[in-house]
Amino acid sequence: MKATVHIMLKTGVLDPQGEAVRHALGALGFSGVKGVRQGKVIELDLDDGASQSDVEAMCEKLLANTVIESYSVEMG
Amino acid sequence: MHAAVVVFPGSNCDRDLAVAFEAAGAQVSMVWHKDTDLPAGVDVVGIPGGFSFGDYLRCGAIAANSPICRAVADLAQAGGYVLGICNGFQVLTETGLLPGVLLRNAGLKYICKTVGLKVETSQSAYTEGYNAGDVIDIPIAHHDGNYFAEPDTLARLQGEDLVAFSYTDNPNGAQADIAGILSPNRRVLGMMPHPERAADTAHGGTDGQALFRALAGALIKA
Repeated sequence: MKATVHIMLKTGVLDPQGEAVRHALGALGFSGVKGVRQGKVIELDLDDGASQSDVEAMCEKLLANTVIESYSVEMG
Repeated sequence: MHAAVVVFPGSNCDRDLAVAFEAAGAQVSMVWHKDTDLPAGVDVVGIPGGFSFGDYLRCGAIAANSPICRAVADLAQAGGYVLGICNGFQVLTETGLLPGVLLRNAGLKYICKTVGLKVETSQSAYTEGYNAGDVIDIPIAHHDGNYFAEPDTLARLQGEDLVAFSYTDNPNGAQADIAGILSPNRRVLGMMPHPERAADTAHGGTDGQALFRALAGALIKA
């Protein structure tokens, strides 16, 4: 079974890479982009029967740094 | 003083750190990341700079979960000394031995230059060779040195005199100009600048020497 983990910087944590992308979009003529936040998507291929709480434990231990990042888990 | 220097795939300051420890009079053992135990009798562990595991996932994240880091955490929790420099500082924040995190530099650029560091406290085995308020010249070389912590953590670091070094001219956006911090028992130091690169006249600067000498002095006394 599959699980997908979305990891984003928490609100209030400066995202200099997102800011650079926003500037680059502006320079290319895409107007009206008020903000860009860049995150990560991690796809996991798991044994059948893995639970959401298993994946959340992986996020807490390794996949996300909860000092600065929030995560969400999608099963299936 | 017996120092162990941890080597990860992608470490690149491990031998420089070993040379700096040796110059201060230490016996040095190099320790591979897959080892599960530190050599017997180790007084201090050095976690060197570099790009452990290619900075994959987050800087220091994979290294922090390596077998040797469990032994390093045990040593720190038992009151041992741990010095993390650059990537080593990132590893220490990822293990939770030090609070906060190192974000991408605010200007997005990798910065490699000598910077001014203010010694914020002389109250540690690492910094007692300096006077609080001294400004020393130490090189930095990093892409992710922008120290970030929650406001209450920052207040605690400052209130408990746990900021070891701050930048005189903040190069990377670090909160409160923080370049290095101590653990509450003052025995774990993480810093982005590289004192081991300013520890020999051939380096062009020797302001880092006092850190290694003070540490050796403290550990030999102990």
